[in-house]
Amino acid sequence: MTDYSPTELLIATIARLLQGCRHVAVGASSPVPGSGALLARLQSGDAMRVTVLGSLKNNFFTSGGVELFDLAAQGRIDAFFLGGGQIDGEANINLVGTGTYPASKVRWPGSFGSAYLYFLVPRVILFREEHTRRVMVPKVDFVSAPGTSAPNVHRRGGPHALLTNLGLFSFDREKSRFRLESVHAGHSVEEIRDNTGFEFECPDKVPPTPAPDAATLAAIRGEIRAEIAETYPRFAEQRLVSGAASKY
Amino acid sequence: MQTEPIVTLEALAAAVPDGALLAVPKDSSGVAMAATRELVRRGVRGLHIVCVPTGGIQADILIGAGAVETIETSAVTMGEFGPAPRFTAAVRDASLRVMDATCPAVYAALQAGEKGIPFIPLRGLIGSDVLRHRGDWKVVDNPFDQNDPIALLPAIRPHVSLFHAPFADRYGNVFVGRNRDLMTMAHASAQTLVTVEELVDGNLLADPARAGSTLPAIYVSRIAVAKNGAWPLALGENYPDDEAMLSRYVSLARTADGFRTFLDDWLQQQRVAT
Repeated sequence: MTDYSPTELLIATIARLLQGCRHVAVGASSPVPGSGALLARLQSGDAMRVTVLGSLKNNFFTSGGVELFDLAAQGRIDAFFLGGGQIDGEANINLVGTGTYPASKVRWPGSFGSAYLYFLVPRVILFREEHTRRVMVPKVDFVSAPGTSAPNVHRRGGPHALLTNLGLFSFDREKSRFRLESVHAGHSVEEIRDNTGFEFECPDKVPPTPAPDAATLAAIRGEIRAEIAETYPRFAEQRLVSGAASKY
Repeated sequence: MQTEPIVTLEALAAAVPDGALLAVPKDSSGVAMAATRELVRRGVRGLHIVCVPTGGIQADILIGAGAVETIETSAVTMGEFGPAPRFTAAVRDASLRVMDATCPAVYAALQAGEKGIPFIPLRGLIGSDVLRHRGDWKVVDNPFDQNDPIALLPAIRPHVSLFHAPFADRYGNVFVGRNRDLMTMAHASAQTLVTVEELVDGNLLADPARAGSTLPAIYVSRIAVAKNGAWPLALGENYPDDEAMLSRYVSLARTADGFRTFLDDWLQQQRVAT
C-alpha cells in the first residue's frame, strides 16, 4: 500500500540524485526532471540554482540558446537530463531513429544538445519512463551521444544514473555497465529483467526505491506543483495532485 | 544612400530566392510564420534550411509543401503536440536530405560565420554517429596540446535569415529582447529579413534601456509589418501558442491529403486577413 503516485516517486528520486549540485539545468519537454530539480532546490534551502528551459522565472539566460552550452563548457552546470528513444547497456543514447540511418524506419526529432552535453556535464541523469525492450536495447541503432569515450577524448561528464518507471540504475563508467540500485514499489527485479534488452549488474538483494516522506510529498503537492505549472501547466494539472503548502 | 527598409510582406518574401541557404529560429524565438505563408504561396523551391538550433511547424510546413531540399538541424519537433509529421514522412521516404547536428554545433558554426573565420572547434561529438555522418565535419589534433582530438565545424554563412520580432523603428533597428540567437543569425547572414508586430516612433538605439536588446539596421535588409506574424506560434510575451491550431495541424498533417487540406485552408485564411 502506497500513499504516493509513481510520478511523485520519480520526482522525489530525481531530487535525491541531485543532492549537492550547485546548478542543475533542465532541457525542453522535461516536466518530471524539472519538478525533481525544483524539489532539490527547495530541499537545499535554495542553495541550489535551477535553470528550466522554457521557463521565464527560472531561466536567467541573456545570451540566447548558446548560453546553456557555454555554461556546460565552463563547468557551471553540475547536472542535466537526457532521454532516448533507445538506450543501451553501455549508456549510448539514440534520439534520432530506428533502422538504418538516414532512412530511419521510425524517425524521432533529433539529437538536440546530447552529443555535446553528455561529454561536459558531470552528472547526467538518463530519464525515460517507458521501460521496455523497445527502449532498453542491446545496441542502439544510432549513437546520438556515446555513454563512454576513449581515455584521450576530453570528457568530464557522462551518465550518472538511469531512472525509469520500474527502477533506478547507477552507471559504472570504468566497467561501462549499469547496476540496478533499487526497484520501485509494485515492481520486481524479474519484471525489470524481462523488460531490459541489455545485461546489467544486479546485486543479490535489490532494495526498494525509498518512498518519499510526508514533507516531500507535501512539497511536491504544494510549492513544486505551483512552480512547475509556470512551464508545464498541463503536466501540473493532469499528473500532480494538489495539496496545501508544505513546511518548507 | 540608405533607403527605408520597410516593405510589404510580399516584397519581403520575394527576397528569399529559390535554393537559398535560409536560417530560421527555434519556435520560441520568433518564427516568421506569415512570411513563411508568402513563401509557400509563391512556391519557393530547393531551400537549404538551417534551424537555429531546432525546427517546428515552420520547417514541417515547408517540407510538406515541397520547398526544402536540405535541412540542417538538431531536431524537428512539434514539442508537446507530438512528432513533426511531414518531416517524419519525408525522412521515411528519403525525399529530404537531413544534416543532423547538435544544438551547440549550429550555434558555434554560426558564430564562426559572424566572425568571418572558416571553421570553429567544438568539444563533445567524438564517438557519436552525428559526427560520423557529417562528412563536412572533421576531427583534428589540438595544435596547442598533445593527444587531444577535437571536432572542427565549417562556418555557416546563411544567404538569408528570416524571423519575427515584436517591433522595429523606421530606421530599420529591430528589438529582439533576450532572443540573442537572432543577433547571431543576423550577424552571420548576408541578408536578414524581419517581420514585426508593429513599427514604433523614434530610434531604438537612442534609448539606453532598449539599445542593448536591439539588432542594428546595418544587418537588416527588409522589414515588413505582420500583425500576429508568428501565429500559430507564440511571440514572447505578446501572445501564446495557439494550441488548438497546433494540435489540429499535427493531426491533419499525418497524411499527405490531410496536410493539403490544412495548407489550402491556411493559405486562404491569410488572404481573408489581409
